[in-house]
Amino acid sequence: MSLESVLFYFFAAISIVTSILVISSKNPVLSALSLILNFAGLAGVYLTLYAQFIAVVQVIVYAGAIMVLFLFVIMLIRPEAERNYFQERKSFKMLTIGIGVIVLGQLMFLIISGTSMFTSGGHSEQSLEVGTVERIGWELMTSYLLPFEAIGFLLLAASIGAMVLAKKKFE
Amino acid sequence: MLVEYIPLFLVIAFAIVFAFGTVFSSKIFGPQRPNPEKLSTYESGVQPVGTTHERMSVKYYLVAMLFIIFDLEVIFVYPWAVQFKKLYLDPSVGTTAFYAMLIFLVVFEIGYLYVYKKGGFKWD
Repeated sequence: MSLESVLFYFFAAISIVTSILVISSKNPVLSALSLILNFAGLAGVYLTLYAQFIAVVQVIVYAGAIMVLFLFVIMLIRPEAERNYFQERKSFKMLTIGIGVIVLGQLMFLIISGTSMFTSGGHSEQSLEVGTVERIGWELMTSYLLPFEAIGFLLLAASIGAMVLAKKKFE
Repeated sequence: MLVEYIPLFLVIAFAIVFAFGTVFSSKIFGPQRPNPEKLSTYESGVQPVGTTHERMSVKYYLVAMLFIIFDLEVIFVYPWAVQFKKLYLDPSVGTTAFYAMLIFLVVFEIGYLYVYKKGGFKWD
């Protein structure tokens, strides 16, 4: 096994173990902290898959910014009230299990139907280049100009939405 | 390709080893003589009341949310800035890249102005 595959399996193992910790722990703050480790492991997985820019963004945005938000949201809610949430709503629990099964089935289908496409070629020169920041900058400004502008509007909507939701004295 | 990132892995590995090492070495090498008085939350203070999960003000959520939004904006500016010279010198792109980023930032700054005018940056 090459160094890359060793690192890939190492980071993948970290991601899997920490994601199990996220859903199994009773304490929501502990779940959130496991999720930070999970994001760090995922960043390593991205790096070994030659998605360098995504790996860095994963650390900066997910492990940095989004986890701060997650922890704040956990501290905004009352955990002991949430604990009884599913005990009172039995049908809701079945619904969440159903959604989980559907998402799992979809992922399995994508993995099984998709693997033959990606494993046949191995590492080509193009796939080594595709994840660099230079390549992403180029593609963003040429082929994906319209989605890029749409992101601007999405961020605008997000900032206005956050204000409307969270500002108390809102006129 | 991946070899370039070995220094980064080394830094991260060193940080992890150092963080865990300093915490656990004090546990291993330090004397351990606990008693109930020492293990209480405030050894010579009032007894703590209630849970550790205090509900926090929603103002913190607003700060965190705005932080994410501005963080994402910078993430999108970064690849553009790296490639700007190449994009500008390319005849098929030229000034389009400049104006595309200008439109993106103007649209974004409308949100910034909205938050500013509504007092989103004030802590009241």
